[in-house]
Amino acid sequence: MWKWIQAFASPKNFYSISHKIIPWFLYPFIVITLVGLYWGLIIAPADYQQGESYRIMYIHVPAAWMSMFVYVVMAVSGGIGLIWQIKLANVVAKVSAPIGASFTFLALVTGAVWGKPMWGTWWVWDARLTSELILLFLYLAYMSLNNAFDNPKTAAKASSILAIVGLVNIPIIHYSVTWWNTLHQGASVSSIEKIAQPAIHSDMLMPLVLMGISFKLLYGALMLMRARDEVLIQEQNSGWVKKIIMEHGK
Amino acid sequence: MTKRQNRMILVAMLVAGVGLAGYFGLKAFNENLLYFFSPTDVVEGKAPTGKSFRLGGLVGVDSVKRDGIKVRFDVTDNKNTFSVKYEGILPDLFREGQGIITTGSLVNGTFVATEVLAKHDENYMPPEVADALSKAQAIKKPAGYNE
Repeated sequence: MWKWIQAFASPKNFYSISHKIIPWFLYPFIVITLVGLYWGLIIAPADYQQGESYRIMYIHVPAAWMSMFVYVVMAVSGGIGLIWQIKLANVVAKVSAPIGASFTFLALVTGAVWGKPMWGTWWVWDARLTSELILLFLYLAYMSLNNAFDNPKTAAKASSILAIVGLVNIPIIHYSVTWWNTLHQGASVSSIEKIAQPAIHSDMLMPLVLMGISFKLLYGALMLMRARDEVLIQEQNSGWVKKIIMEHGK
Repeated sequence: MTKRQNRMILVAMLVAGVGLAGYFGLKAFNENLLYFFSPTDVVEGKAPTGKSFRLGGLVGVDSVKRDGIKVRFDVTDNKNTFSVKYEGILPDLFREGQGIITTGSLVNGTFVATEVLAKHDENYMPPEVADALSKAQAIKKPAGYNE
């Protein structure tokens, strides 16, 4: 088992296998996104309080979910890289950071656009909004720290420690709306008591679930594509990369 | 102990240490992280009097009195109620029974507001479902409201 994982995680194997996996993320992503958006923006009924405005949820909520999900992937693979010193784990952590930062930025911007008409303000310093902004800063700090070193090994070591330290922010974001009074609403979907009786009507919930899946597939495809590029850059002096370049150069 | 186990323990200690620091940090700043105070908090003296603070609760049913852009309404948590005076534009979601958060200060028992923000809860449903639900609840309603 261990030997098998090590074999898969070798940059060379990853490069050839990931090429076959990417379409399995990319094509379902396109189909599910189109269905999810059509369902959410056109078929789903208007909300009893927020009317049509609530539909921005179909971008805002999946983006916010992904901002936390990608961070956990980044910190965990950074930790795996630290402990077992697997190159590929460090690559996954490194290439995930800009993707996660983009999801975080998207969640913050769509949240502001939603907040202005509904709450009456673009931004407030409540616990949920502030902790999500800190998450964006953590991603940016990770990226600049990772870029500050020439040696990928040292860069991975320093930035992985930062990623693990920042992990403490994730439960804070999630529980901010239960632990403190916030302007932001409480959880509609993820709390356990809500599974039997969701706070979102099923006609509105289904497209949200689809968009959640769609964003996860998008992350999978983007992460693999970026990881392939990063592997090529880091392994540029090894024999197998030279061979690929020779074959494509003709 | 191998080098790998050593690193594993270091990472585990890092996670535990940061978690603990975060826990105590949040405990220390707990009060500051509250975005608003409920009318009951204010009655119990938890809110800072003398300077501006945020009051959050439901807009009292049948309490909104408009006079141009001047408006008066009650904010209640169904235990305690404060009368609020405000001059300005109210958000779209402002209505009786709605959760709101208002910034201002207490002047002779009346909350003079400089900003009113509307809060919405985690429930999303089509209008027909909301109508059906409120009809079903209308029978029970008087128990919750003491006005």
